[in-house]
Amino acid sequence: MTTLQPPVAAEPRPAPPPANRDRRSWMGWGFIGPFVAVFALVFLAPIAYSIYLSLFRDQLIGGTQFVGFDNYTQALKDDQFWGALGRVSLFLAIQVPIMLGIALLVALALDSGRLYGKSFFRITIFLPYAVPAVVATLMWGFMYGTKYGLVGDVNEAFGVSLPDPLSPDLVLASIGNIVTWEFVGYNMLIFYSALRVIPHSLYEAAEIDGAGQIRVITAIKLPAIRGALVIATIFSIIGSFQLFNEPNILRPLARNAITTDYTPNFYTYSLSFNGQQHNYSATVAIIMGLITMVIAYVVQLRGMRKGA
Amino acid sequence: MSSPLTTASPSVPAKTSGPGRNTPRLRKPGKPSAGKPRRSVLLTVLTSLIVIYTVVPLIWLAINATKTQTGLADSSGMWFADDFALWDNIRDTFTYDDGVFTRWLLNTLMYVVLGAGGATFLAVLGGYALAKFDFPGKRGIFATVIGAVAVPGTALAVPTFLMFSKMGLTDTPWAVIIPSLVSPFGLYLMWVFATEAIPTELLEAARIDGAGEARIFFTVALPLLAPGIVTVLLFTTVATWNNYFLPLIMLKDSDWYPLTLGLSVWNSQAETIGGDVIFNLVITGSLLTILPLIAAFLLLQKYWQSGLAAGSVKE
Repeated sequence: MTTLQPPVAAEPRPAPPPANRDRRSWMGWGFIGPFVAVFALVFLAPIAYSIYLSLFRDQLIGGTQFVGFDNYTQALKDDQFWGALGRVSLFLAIQVPIMLGIALLVALALDSGRLYGKSFFRITIFLPYAVPAVVATLMWGFMYGTKYGLVGDVNEAFGVSLPDPLSPDLVLASIGNIVTWEFVGYNMLIFYSALRVIPHSLYEAAEIDGAGQIRVITAIKLPAIRGALVIATIFSIIGSFQLFNEPNILRPLARNAITTDYTPNFYTYSLSFNGQQHNYSATVAIIMGLITMVIAYVVQLRGMRKGA
Repeated sequence: MSSPLTTASPSVPAKTSGPGRNTPRLRKPGKPSAGKPRRSVLLTVLTSLIVIYTVVPLIWLAINATKTQTGLADSSGMWFADDFALWDNIRDTFTYDDGVFTRWLLNTLMYVVLGAGGATFLAVLGGYALAKFDFPGKRGIFATVIGAVAVPGTALAVPTFLMFSKMGLTDTPWAVIIPSLVSPFGLYLMWVFATEAIPTELLEAARIDGAGEARIFFTVALPLLAPGIVTVLLFTTVATWNNYFLPLIMLKDSDWYPLTLGLSVWNSQAETIGGDVIFNLVITGSLLTILPLIAAFLLLQKYWQSGLAAGSVKE
C-alpha cells in the first residue's frame, strides 16, 4: 500500500492536458491484443465449439449427424445429470455458508484489532490456499481412514467408533470439509482486504454516536464490504458447481460412495473420456455453464441492489 | 433493524474487559479507543481454533513424512514412529522409478515459468491498456472478460481438449501452458492497480519528452506496478503449480505430468493389482510439493498483501 500512495498523492494535479481525450486510438490494442488473442483461443473458441458439438450426435449408423436440440432434451430428462446437480446444490447450500461465515468471522476478528499476534493468524489461516487440491485431498483422505488414519487413532484412543467419513452418507460432508479447509483463508483475506480500506473516520463518528461493536459491524463494516461478499459468494458458487478434483482424488478410497456421475463436472468428464460421448458431454457442460451464469448473475443483482 | 441490535453491543466490551486487560495505557488522550482497541484473550482463543483446524493437516503431513510404509500403518497419526525415515523417504521420492519425481518437478517448474509468467505478463500489458488507454472495443473486452469469469473453467475443458486434439496439441506441454496464459482475475487486478498506481500526468510528460509507448511502459509504468505484478505472479503461480484437471485431461504421457498428477497416480497405484504401495512416498512427495509455495507466500507476504489491498479499493 505504501508504495502506492506517494505517486498518487504527491503529484500536483494541474488541469488535465486536452491531448488526453484524443488518446482514443488503436494504441491500447498493442497492449491488450496479446491477452485478447489467447483469451479468444482458450475461452471463446471452446465455447463456440461446444455449442456446435452440442447440436450433433455421433451415431453408429450414419456417422455424425445434426440433431438440433435433441441432446438438450435428452439432458433435461437425464436422471444422472439431475442427481449430480442436486448433489452440488446441496453442497452449495451447506458448505458455502459455513465457509464464508467462518471466513467473515475471522476477518472481522482480525480487523477488530483485538487479537494478539494478528499477522500470525492472518498468514497461517491463509496457508492452505497454497496447498494443491490434490495434496489437500490426499492428506484428508489419509486422515479420514478408520483403520490407520486419524479417525482410526481417535477410535482406538477413546474406545469409540466414529462413523466412517468415507461412507456414502458422509462422503459429501467430508468433501465439504476439505473444500472449506482449502478456501476459508482465501475468502478471509478477500474480506479482510475490503475491511482495511473502510475510512477510519466512519468508526470515529460511530463511536461519538455511542455505537457498540456489533452495531459498527452491522451498520458500517458489512455494508462497506458488500461487494467483496458478493464476489466471494459468486466465486464459491462457481467452485461448488465445478466440483471435480476432490471427489476424483478421493474416489480410490471410496469407490462405492463416489460414483462417476457424482458431480456434473465428473459426469461430463466420464461421458467424454470413458464413454466417448463428446457431443452429449459438451451439451451437459453448456447447460451447467448456463445455470452457473444465471445464478451468479442473480446473486450479483440481488447483492448489489440491497446496497443501493 | 436499528434498535434490537444495539442491545447486544454492551456484551462485547464486557467480554473483552473480562480477562484482565484493563491496563489503562493512555496513548493519546484526545483519541478514543477506536484507534487501538484493547486486545481480547477470548477472541484470540476463538480464532486459534481456526488456526488449529488449519495447521493440523499440515502438521500431520510433516510428521508422517518421517515414517516408513510400515511405520505409517503401525503408529499414531499425530506422533512420530520409532524410526525416523524422513531422509530416506526424500531420497526414495527422488529416485523411485528412475527419478520420475524429479522429472515431474521440472515439468511443474516449466509450466509455472511459461504459464504463470506468461499469464502475468499478458495481464500486466492488458491491465495497463484498460487503465491508461481509450481504444475502440474497450468496453466490449471488459464486459466479455468479466462475463467469462462466470463460465465454469472446467466446463470449457472438454471442448478445449477436443479442439486441441484436432490441432495436435494434446499430450504436449503446450496443452497445459496455453490455457494457463489467461488469467481474468489477474487482468482485473492489474487494471485496478494500474489505475491507482500510475499517474496519467507522468505518462503525458514522458510522451511530450518524445518517448515511445513501449519505452514508457517498460521504464515508467512497470516499476510502479511492481507490487501488483508480484501479487498476480504469486496467484497465477499457485494456479499453475496446483493445476490438476487440465493436465489430467490433456496429458497421457507421464513424462509430461506435473507434480499434482504424478502424486495422484502414485496414490492410486496401491489400488491396482500388484501395484507398489508407496504411501510414504506419496506423503513425502506431497510435503515437498507444498513447501516451495508456502515459502513463497511467507517470504513475499509484504508484497502480495499490499497488492491485494489495492485490488479491493475499487469495489
